[in-house]
Amino acid sequence: MSRRLRLTAVPYALYALIFIVAPLLLILYYSLTTGQGTALSLDNFRRFFDPSDTVYLRVLWRSLWIAGVSTVVCFVLGYPMAYILSRMKERTRHVVSFLFILPMWMNFLLRTYAWMTLLERTGVINTVLKSLGLPPLELMYTAGAVVLGNVYNFLPFMILPIYTSLTKIDQNLIEASEDLGAGRAITFFRVVFPLSFPGIMSGFTMTFMPAVTTFIISKLLGGGQNALIGDLIEKQFKVAGDWGFGSAMSVILMVLILLSMNALSRYEKENAGGGLM
Amino acid sequence: MKLFRCFRYGLLALCLLLLASCGSASAPGGDPASVTLKVFNWGDYIDPDVTDLFTQETGIEVIYTMFEANEDMYTSIKASGGVSHDVVIPSDYMIRKMINEDMLRKINLENIPNYDLIDDRFKDLDFDPQNEYSVPYMWGTVGIAYNTTMVDGPIDSWTALWDERYRKNIFMMDSVRDSLGVTLKMLGYSMNTKNEAELQEAYEKLVAQKPLVLAYTGDEVKDKMIAGEAALAVVYAGDAITISDENPDIAYVIPREGSNMWVDSMCILKTAQNPEAAEAFINFMCSTPIAQRNWEYINYSSPQTEVIAQMPEEFQNNPARNPSAEELARCEVFEDLSQTTQYYEDLWTRLIGA
Repeated sequence: MSRRLRLTAVPYALYALIFIVAPLLLILYYSLTTGQGTALSLDNFRRFFDPSDTVYLRVLWRSLWIAGVSTVVCFVLGYPMAYILSRMKERTRHVVSFLFILPMWMNFLLRTYAWMTLLERTGVINTVLKSLGLPPLELMYTAGAVVLGNVYNFLPFMILPIYTSLTKIDQNLIEASEDLGAGRAITFFRVVFPLSFPGIMSGFTMTFMPAVTTFIISKLLGGGQNALIGDLIEKQFKVAGDWGFGSAMSVILMVLILLSMNALSRYEKENAGGGLM
Repeated sequence: MKLFRCFRYGLLALCLLLLASCGSASAPGGDPASVTLKVFNWGDYIDPDVTDLFTQETGIEVIYTMFEANEDMYTSIKASGGVSHDVVIPSDYMIRKMINEDMLRKINLENIPNYDLIDDRFKDLDFDPQNEYSVPYMWGTVGIAYNTTMVDGPIDSWTALWDERYRKNIFMMDSVRDSLGVTLKMLGYSMNTKNEAELQEAYEKLVAQKPLVLAYTGDEVKDKMIAGEAALAVVYAGDAITISDENPDIAYVIPREGSNMWVDSMCILKTAQNPEAAEAFINFMCSTPIAQRNWEYINYSSPQTEVIAQMPEEFQNNPARNPSAEELARCEVFEDLSQTTQYYEDLWTRLIGA
């Protein structure tokens, strides 16, 4: 049994080795090179954390901040939606969750371009405002537009895991809570919410990670004036040709994400006991 | 350092090779009788029928792939060891860099009789002074596209991009060479300067300009200017033509301080497996009917004399399509910055990261 199982894991293990482990090792290797001589050094990391020149740290901080705000907005919008969804009748539930996934069939880039035509000065929103005699709004090329792009693109990644964990909750637990005299609010905060914690955690990671590494949203909706760490990494590879520094920034980002995931899962274990992550 | 680069790319190539060997086992082997030519060009930079016409005429099959930027092309060739391409169409400064790194093969102009049809203005340029490695394909300038209904008075200087009246009404290019380049020109310096004090001064100008800039854009600037999103934009002449075709309010000017003139030229890689086929292709591209087709499709300026002569008169006097000799005299062609590239990039990171 276990042997047969091990055999079926071989294709994925191979896949992981070639497409995940090998590239990661390459990135790690490149991050230690500077293009000057074969010696390995930490120069790229020193450059990033240089206390006398904090431009990179500021960009990193901005990326974390924008991704954090986007994730919180996703959560505030997504949790009630997931909750409502999980209370629906089975059939409506399927239709509605299908509607959530539907926009994801369209290319991510197209969806972002669509937002441009909505937010522009000559775009849909401002044209409507103008026809109503209202002053136009400066919506494009702001941090708000970047957050909006993130929220729009990554909201399903918040809703779906929460929704899944909510539908998995044993209905008997809720009934028991009500039988024991808890009102709806107490049932929600003491029973439902803690039990949906694993879903919240994976929702947080699944929205935060793409939001913190994005580069095209900030370029198209942010106007390229407030670069995010993803923009800098892209530039190092495509324009500057400094693979070492680009790799170092990727490594720093990966370490940060790993640390935060680790902290989250530890927190989850302490509070909810054994989650999905 | 060079050796080390080789090692780095080698390592990458090895990985790619490993991956490729997984896939190639099932692919049929190439037919030795049919000649194929691998062409590597910018996206949307050829009339799509031209490669078929070439195959019809010569029997040489064309494998056509595209890149998005000079640096992408360079990286991709380095990573593949050059075996994946025969003909490439980079820009001036990149051609210099590739010549310096011994990546290009000398072209035998005897096999390219149509080279005589190339305008002398595009021969003997600094990036290839003896015309040994490159045959011009398309060219153009960088200038300001402005919406005549949104500006006060004529625009003729780069200083318009620092004019408080156009606050949040300016698109700059999301490209260090172009944006720093026009600033250097405004200050009266060379676009190819390696002088750090001059670069620093230009950088400070860009920092001061940042609050006035609506966005640093790429290709999407065309749609934005057509829609009337902003009054001014730094653009390539070819894009200015596309924009003004759609929106007649848009005018194009090469500012009086001078600007950048760029040339994209056809080159043959040192590793090309089929140099004769490559030369036949380049010759074909320079022939009048084909050059005409490509010019009509791409809408940039052609260096081919017969194409220029056949242009309608209103095009002849359009600075975007055919700048005057006097305007061109003020323009500079980009050179390879070699070690200073890093300095330019750092300034740019500081500007957009601040």
